Amino acid sequence: MAELPINVGSVVALPKPRLDDLLAKLREKGYQTIGPRVGDGTVQYQPIRGASEMPQGYTSEEEAGKYRLVSSGNSRYFDYTPGAQSWKQIFFPPRITLFDLCKNGGWKPVGSLEPSPRYALVGVRPCEIAAIKIQDLAFLRTDFVDPVYQERRKNAFILAVNCLRPGGTCFCASMGTGPQLSSGYDLGLTEMDDVFLVDVGSAAGKDILSGLPVAKPDAAIMGKAKQAVDAAKTKMGRQLDISDLPDVLLKNLDHPEWEAISKRCMSCASCTLVCPTCFCWDTQDHSSLNGTETERERVWDSCFNPGYSYQAGGNTRPNVRSRYRQWLTHKLGSWKQQYGVLGCVGCGRCITWCPVKIDITEEIPALRKETRS
Amino acid sequence: MTALAAVRTSAAVNDGGLLKPSWAEVVKIQPEAEGIATYWLRFQDSNLSKAYRFLPGQFNMLYMPGYGEAAISISSDPEQRDVIGHTVRFVGNVTRAINRLKIGDVVGIRGPFGTHWPVENLEGKDLIIAVGGIGIPPLRPAIYHILRNRAKFGKITLLYGARTPSDLLFSSELDEWRKSDIDIQITVDRADSNWQGQVGVVPTLFYKFRLDPTRTAVLTCGPEIMIRFVVFEALARRVPTNQIYVSMERNMKCGQGSCGHCQIGPYFVCKDGPVFPFSAVEPYFNVEDF
Repeated sequence: MAELPINVGSVVALPKPRLDDLLAKLREKGYQTIGPRVGDGTVQYQPIRGASEMPQGYTSEEEAGKYRLVSSGNSRYFDYTPGAQSWKQIFFPPRITLFDLCKNGGWKPVGSLEPSPRYALVGVRPCEIAAIKIQDLAFLRTDFVDPVYQERRKNAFILAVNCLRPGGTCFCASMGTGPQLSSGYDLGLTEMDDVFLVDVGSAAGKDILSGLPVAKPDAAIMGKAKQAVDAAKTKMGRQLDISDLPDVLLKNLDHPEWEAISKRCMSCASCTLVCPTCFCWDTQDHSSLNGTETERERVWDSCFNPGYSYQAGGNTRPNVRSRYRQWLTHKLGSWKQQYGVLGCVGCGRCITWCPVKIDITEEIPALRKETRS
Repeated sequence: MTALAAVRTSAAVNDGGLLKPSWAEVVKIQPEAEGIATYWLRFQDSNLSKAYRFLPGQFNMLYMPGYGEAAISISSDPEQRDVIGHTVRFVGNVTRAINRLKIGDVVGIRGPFGTHWPVENLEGKDLIIAVGGIGIPPLRPAIYHILRNRAKFGKITLLYGARTPSDLLFSSELDEWRKSDIDIQITVDRADSNWQGQVGVVPTLFYKFRLDPTRTAVLTCGPEIMIRFVVFEALARRVPTNQIYVSMERNMKCGQGSCGHCQIGPYFVCKDGPVFPFSAVEPYFNVEDF
């Protein structure tokens, strides 16, 4: 049989048991495969070596302040909604050494840092691709390129997957970021009962498929896949009207709702840590006791941390009200002025992982009430 | 976006590696007042020393290994290129470590960062420079520029306030500035027994002279509360909002609009500021704790 011609834009069918071959191929090409696996009662993005380590047969339940993994009763790999972790931990690591210095007639660099591995991200959802594109705007600007982010990002392979089962806190359909893949992936999967439909998104994706036992999908399965993707749009657990954003926030900086939220918000920073677009960072020096060596690190920071806005003249945002307002008015307001897009992809993580169940899809309507025009 | 584009005047800056400093030697330490001194730094790399340029009002990140970085405005003459002056108040972890530096010690520098006082666009105008406390060092490079080009500017008035007479910075230079036809009005919060001058806050100095709002620009830097009332007095005299320039202070870590700390609404103060036309920051200026 002649080999099936594969081009960027083609859709082919890969038998489900051959997912392992696909992962093996990625590793063979030098990628470290990072994918979903069950840990701490949730789905985490960890190094994986095969499909057997993935959360097959699991689905998840989300509500404000709640995430539960439960049996799905089927053998699908991607029936869960992503957990607290997002891919930003790969491109923008929570903690990374920038350089080491040693005092030796002036400060001299010690050694050199290892280059980052090439990562293949397995099971990237459409909203997560949207989040990566948003972080690209922050870290890969025309006037400033973050070298840590750039090295990891440019070498990465993205194995994406269409979302067929949105979760209880999902609202990507409102944000226009999902649940269907549109661009930004090397290979895009749609998981059916017996096969994965594989959409070839790039030349690198085409390369990985070569030699794998893919077939031309029949019209019936293509139709079924389209139906499943279309149906997912209607299964969002949340929705958000964004028609008057960012103005509704930026014109209501003195709205009483900010005070009301601050009575519930604990300023714990959980929402900013789980948010796949939040990009704020801090630096730390760790020095030896005698002060002759120091390691400079970049770590995640959060606008909810008291030290975030601390300066010699005092704290710019001394209370929870001002910190929550900063977060939300940035995320769904001034972000658009800075980068031309809103900073939210509708993944629902900030709702799911809020210990006191603050729900931005409820807060925006609350801030909309009694708006002054 | 237009307001944002208008204040994005600084040149593209990329330090080559994230947060990697260049090293400079302390060549002179000039005590200015209790708890404040000017550190004159020279890059160890002579090529960098020759190539380094800054504009009045820009700042550097000074790095003390083991302690971290602090944003310090450059207080020296932009035309003096061999050594760069940084006037530092010893108030935090990093600046207290700077206080322990001796001649010949080494400090890391990244910069220059941020927008500048738009002196090149203000020729022909009367200028009011209103500064308080540690707010005068960021204006000194602008004053040097004006002195060098004195004929190109109209009336220049410096309104300067400090807590006490002994807190006044650069006092040995003030007479020279007066000789170059700069009207200097000084006030202190608390006088001592030798003080013959004005007592009170900087904005009250606006009542000591008349200005022509059609040809006046105001440049102000100091405590946020002082800036607030300087702006109030300028607006009361009908100076247009885009002719009032304010230098904002926020927690700054990266200098490149990346780390997020210094945001005011759509702006990253380290990149889109620190010098803003008041018209750009006006919507956020009176929002409490923003």
